[in-house]
Amino acid sequence: MGSYILTRLLSAIPVLLGLSVIVFLIMAMIPGDPATAILGSYATPENVAKLNRDLGLDKPLVQRYFIWLGNMLQGDFGRSFSLNRPVLDEVAERFGATLVLAGTAFVICSALGVAAGVVSAARQYGAADKAITFAVLLGISIPSFFLGMMMILIFAVNLRLFPVSGMWPIYGARDAAALLRHLTLPALALSVVATGVIARLARSAMLEVLRQDFVRTARAKGVHERGVIWRHALRAAMVSIIPVLGIQAGFVLSGAVYIEIVFQWPGVGRMLVDAILKRDILLVQGGVVLVAACYVMFNIAVDVAQSLLDPRIRT
Amino acid sequence: MSFLRLLARNRLALAGLVVMACVCLLALVTPLLPLAAPDITDTGNRFRPPFSEGALLGTDHLGRDLLSRLLWGTRLSLAVGLAAAVTAAVLGAAIGIVAGFYGGRTDNLIMRGVDMLMAFPYILLALAIVAALGPGLMNALIAVAAVNIPFFARNIRGVTVGIAHKEFVDAARLSGMSDLRIVLTEILPNVVPVIVIAMSTTVGWMILETAGLSFLGLGSQPPVADLGSMLGEARAALITSPHTSVVPGAMILVIVMAINLLGDGVRDALDPRLKSGALNRPLPATQVARDAPVPAAQGGAALLSIDGLKTEFRVKGRVYRAVGGVDLDVRPGECLGLVGESGSGKSVTALSVMGLVASPPGVITGGSVHFDGQDLIGARYETLRRIRGDRVAYIFQDPQATLHPLYTIGTQLVEAIRAHHAVPRAEARARAVDLLGAVRIPNAAARIDSYPHELSGGMRQRVGIAMALANDPDVIIADEPTTALDVTVQAQILALLDELRRARGLAILFITHDFGVVAQLCDRVAVMYAGRIVETGPTDAILSRPAHPYTARLMACVPAPGGGRRRLATIPGLPPSVDDLPAGCAFAGRCDLVQDTCRRGEITLDPLTADRAVRCPTPLRAGAPAS
Repeated sequence: MGSYILTRLLSAIPVLLGLSVIVFLIMAMIPGDPATAILGSYATPENVAKLNRDLGLDKPLVQRYFIWLGNMLQGDFGRSFSLNRPVLDEVAERFGATLVLAGTAFVICSALGVAAGVVSAARQYGAADKAITFAVLLGISIPSFFLGMMMILIFAVNLRLFPVSGMWPIYGARDAAALLRHLTLPALALSVVATGVIARLARSAMLEVLRQDFVRTARAKGVHERGVIWRHALRAAMVSIIPVLGIQAGFVLSGAVYIEIVFQWPGVGRMLVDAILKRDILLVQGGVVLVAACYVMFNIAVDVAQSLLDPRIRT
Repeated sequence: MSFLRLLARNRLALAGLVVMACVCLLALVTPLLPLAAPDITDTGNRFRPPFSEGALLGTDHLGRDLLSRLLWGTRLSLAVGLAAAVTAAVLGAAIGIVAGFYGGRTDNLIMRGVDMLMAFPYILLALAIVAALGPGLMNALIAVAAVNIPFFARNIRGVTVGIAHKEFVDAARLSGMSDLRIVLTEILPNVVPVIVIAMSTTVGWMILETAGLSFLGLGSQPPVADLGSMLGEARAALITSPHTSVVPGAMILVIVMAINLLGDGVRDALDPRLKSGALNRPLPATQVARDAPVPAAQGGAALLSIDGLKTEFRVKGRVYRAVGGVDLDVRPGECLGLVGESGSGKSVTALSVMGLVASPPGVITGGSVHFDGQDLIGARYETLRRIRGDRVAYIFQDPQATLHPLYTIGTQLVEAIRAHHAVPRAEARARAVDLLGAVRIPNAAARIDSYPHELSGGMRQRVGIAMALANDPDVIIADEPTTALDVTVQAQILALLDELRRARGLAILFITHDFGVVAQLCDRVAVMYAGRIVETGPTDAILSRPAHPYTARLMACVPAPGGGRRRLATIPGLPPSVDDLPAGCAFAGRCDLVQDTCRRGEITLDPLTADRAVRCPTPLRAGAPAS
């Protein structure tokens, strides 16, 4: 098991390098001159040339990449000119808030999605199946930002059950209860699409598994139908559900950007959109690399979970 | 076209199609409609509610007519979403075909790149691209298309690899066609359905994503608005004038939902596996629909008494009568062999006893199965469950598929015990070790923590037998337990079963197609053909003097040890299809001794001697040696 985790960690290195190359190339595509973008169109040519030298932009592309990579490996992601603070500090602070939101949403969509898929498959063509199928269709069709706005309108403005926006109360204690009140609506809004996708897949994975011989064996043993569904069939279906959970984690993590905007959540997605609109390239670059790297590591965790669940992978 | 007909039969997909057609039509004729100009501001008339005079849906924060902006916005969103989908599909398919067609290093290099792109959280990559290109609708389109290219490339590559090594492609290569022509004439036509499915399932996403980027202010720029930026602009007035948000939001929802319905319909129509309805899950117990009075138990001393059992499969309006009225008695401590060709209905008979026939499509339509004086057909699920594995246990054919691959054999044995007896886990585990020892698994205490894939086929079947023995059942139903094993292992398993039944006084219903196995194990034998018993009696008597021509022919198919010079007999023809059985004897079409009486009316199973019966108007003379 230990060697499996080590191999997977080592295999992440080329992926992470690839990610950094892609981000670097995308940023190198930027038309025009970043120095002009930073200094504005009234900058003198001397100032532009100086800033270009300071930023290392006068060097060849390959050399620039390795300088950038070397700096990142030392924890130096550069300075955000719009916020005038180190990129890493800003991203680390914002990423915490995003993780709270996306993590909660991920737990909700995994639990709810798998449960809905299992119930739907076990009651195929029944009333529960039809209701779930319809809800799932609605869930995967509604834009999360529109859903979030409607939730604010109904549950925060009209029913006054939850705060309208933000992560913490402006006045008052920053305790778990306050966080939970602020978290409920955005986490739900963020989880809806992924819940639908997971439920769909879980349903078809379960239908596939329920026809297999070992399910008949379990029934022949006299195992109660609950055990047949949840212990035998679901365990086998999880093998094909877990990779999808990994993919959906990526959707939840990056889809958080819409929810962060709608609910004024101080996360990394909102930071990125602001940075893009202000053309703060270093902040975008650093934010994208860090979030993507975290996602790669999360996917390794998913693979390890997969191998724990399926003894056939380990050997 | 059958594809369109299939699509039309799916009512939801049809609804999606109709809605999409209406939306597209509206979008097309928008420039011709007598609408207010979408970009003319009139700040005196801001935020007018829906159904105001001159503004059916009201006005937005700049006093612009919402209906007009909605239609123009829909037009833009559809155009951009579709353009992104087509771009992604064309580029992705091109990359996928090149990778799949050339294979080797080209493939390796391209797919590595694709995997890298897929390692990104999706929207993050789109954001990075927009960040580089700058906000704008065209750039949002490029970003969304680019992000979706890997998905298409990977799908299409998979299909292309499958096709690139088919004979017709090799033939085209040998005939000297250029690569480009092969791709265009041989590969592309086979890949198009996959592209269509992939597009139909992703175009909704792409409309959502471009709307999303516009919502963030990174897509369409004022004063032009697509649905996403309409929603983004309305957000500031969400609380005071919610209708300005609801109008564009609901439109996105309607469009995406219609596309998803349609996409599901297209996928179902193009994916043959879903078409056949093969993805039905079996119910916990076989459905029962008996239309005739329930027969009483006939066999007086029998432990398990099957009377007039009828099981059929109902598939797409056709009815396959797999079991057409079977009577069998199993007495305590007796081994009854049920013999027949594949498709004769012997397995379905065995599975019907405990309601384990997959249902749908299986339905038990008649007869009774009395166990211990109780009719199991139509019994409550809980009654069946209590008997399953506790008093009547099964051993199945292929232990590779019948054991759960992800649990250790110990866990599965313990579960079998604890399903019926509330014993502590440790005690059940000790009993499981004993069971593994009883079926001659060496080093049982260590083996108990093995997974099925770590055992050999013979060992797995021993586990299957141990599981059947777990609760000391009265009856074991063994459904071809040795068929999947090689010959030496077969002999060991049979010897083990024989020993166990004598030691424990088990009754066994043994299903097989092999008369050699019957001779070794069974006290009595019943021969089945086309869903009915054609001959039954003591094993010795039937083996030495078969009365039904079918039995005789079936026995002649078994190679005799030492008789290597004999030409192995086969029975010409095939068994009749059980959805269209002939009148009279089902074997008449393949029988050498067929007479006119064989093709008329109902031929009954008549007693031949005190303990034998045969379903034949002209049975072979008892006493005639087997040919």
